[in-house]
Amino acid sequence: MDASLYASRRRRNLIAAVASYGATFVGLLWLALILGELFWQGFSGLSLRVFTEMTPPPGAVGGLLNAIVGSLIMTALALLIGAPIGILAGTYMAEYGRHSRLTTLVRFINDILLSAPSIVVGLFIYYVMVRPMGHFSGIAGAVVLSVLVVPVMVRTTEDMLTLVPDTLREAAASIGLPRSLMIRQIAYRAARAGIITGLLLAIARISGETAPLLFTALNNQFYSTNLNAPMASLPSVIFQFALSPYKDWQDLAWTGALIITLAVLAMSVIARSLTGTRKAS
Amino acid sequence: MVDVAWQEAGVGAQDVAERAKVLNRLRIGDIVFHRITKTAAVFVLVVLGGVIVSLFLGALPVFQEFGFGFLTTQSWNPVTEKFGALAPIYGTVITSLIAMLIAVPFGLMIAMFLTELCPIWLRRPIGISIELLAGIPSIIYGIWGLFVFAPFLQQYLQPPVIAAFENVPVFSTLFAGPPFGIGILTASLILAIMVLPFITSISRDVFDAVPPVLKEAAYGLGWTQWEVWRYVVLPYTRIGVIGGVMLGLGRALGETMAVTFVIGNAHRISGSLLAPGTTISATIANEFTEAVGDLYTASLIALGLILFIITFIVLAIARYLLLRIERRIG
Repeated sequence: MDASLYASRRRRNLIAAVASYGATFVGLLWLALILGELFWQGFSGLSLRVFTEMTPPPGAVGGLLNAIVGSLIMTALALLIGAPIGILAGTYMAEYGRHSRLTTLVRFINDILLSAPSIVVGLFIYYVMVRPMGHFSGIAGAVVLSVLVVPVMVRTTEDMLTLVPDTLREAAASIGLPRSLMIRQIAYRAARAGIITGLLLAIARISGETAPLLFTALNNQFYSTNLNAPMASLPSVIFQFALSPYKDWQDLAWTGALIITLAVLAMSVIARSLTGTRKAS
Repeated sequence: MVDVAWQEAGVGAQDVAERAKVLNRLRIGDIVFHRITKTAAVFVLVVLGGVIVSLFLGALPVFQEFGFGFLTTQSWNPVTEKFGALAPIYGTVITSLIAMLIAVPFGLMIAMFLTELCPIWLRRPIGISIELLAGIPSIIYGIWGLFVFAPFLQQYLQPPVIAAFENVPVFSTLFAGPPFGIGILTASLILAIMVLPFITSISRDVFDAVPPVLKEAAYGLGWTQWEVWRYVVLPYTRIGVIGGVMLGLGRALGETMAVTFVIGNAHRISGSLLAPGTTISATIANEFTEAVGDLYTASLIALGLILFIITFIVLAIARYLLLRIERRIG
């Protein structure tokens, strides 16, 4: 009887192990398939032309210049607006109100905003910006993205400032340094790598955002740096081109997808290595 | 210390006033900085409030026109301006549920592999690649689903499945043809692939937090790896795992681009999982810029409000559960 019990326990263990190995294999295989296809399709269309020419009409050759420029402008503006707000809010939570009720509430709400559907944020900005202005615009796109940047920055800034040892703060206080100076001169400096990591993660997060841009920045077939007019962006061009029936547009969509993926992966890898070296030291 | 330094420099009485001025400036700077940071923190709450208020105001015409019937009506007709949210809500819920049914077992098994079975040197590379994949934008999954996955399903997987279940009750409805390729099931599968990294990385983190003593005690009694995982690790981390799953569910419910590409955007509820459908987010993404008429736009905003309320509740539960396990471990 004991022998059969042992056998059945061992059998169960074996089944679980096989299932576990199998699940990992299938999961990784699936993701490898996606990335493989992306690289395969994307690289064949990658050429200098992609970075130097406008999006073409169907049937013509062209590149993605206006989309890339639009994406860069809106991402940069979004960081310019969103990052300071996020960093300051995170500073309050970690430095001034570490145990206050406001901090607990903000942290909870911020965590929810962190994974809230971005399309809803897009609707919000549509309602408060696009509708009153009467037209779609690049600036509305930048503001949507900045709202998505804030939660990421709040989270990383708070985490990183909390990691700064209190002895540093006490040392600064003991030589009579005012608190605001201590935060700016000592705490920020100690948490710099972490905050830069947060910035990179925020860029990675917004550079692939498509849904909220569809009804704020819309899209633009032409080169435009006018913030008051509709602006092209890589994700919305991909969306438009991929769903089109034209082969050359679809190819460009793949190339654009590859560019975004490479940018996002590079951002994540750099962010990871920054925090990695920090932990090691 | 400042005083000592000043004494040594031999400063006179007129410098006392100077010193008071500097101290005053520093104090004001302190107060101002404090206020600015606090305002920024409150701003986060304002954003949430702004989202809720503006969506509510934007959706108001719809609720005045249709009342609660909006939630229970299936028809979606821009021409006659009759709008109902039932089909998108059904699509959102059903695709997310199927995705979780697939992704949760897979995610848990992968997390078990990473924390219990995997050789140490392989843990970091696999863990990192899974985390990197969680950051890939959803539009990439969408484009892959449209060009590669959907045609594959249409050609190789759906015909045999339809044929196999042709004469089986219930299943014959669930898997009724024709094979479109795109549809509810395709969207669910793509969603499953997308949320898999989230569930895996959170489960792995909570599994890692189990005190080794507990596991060693169980191994000491002669338990197998499976038994230790099933009766020690899983019960200990149950709350955290549920939190992670809810977080994944929140993502799946709100996921837009990946779904928009492959769901087919059809406003009807079909018994078949292979039929095209729609979700809340896909409807908004597909139709918003083309929406003419205030009621049409308002209906789409109302859909957004419904989506936000659903995801808010799910995410709030997720965060609450994760907070509880953090407190217990921390």
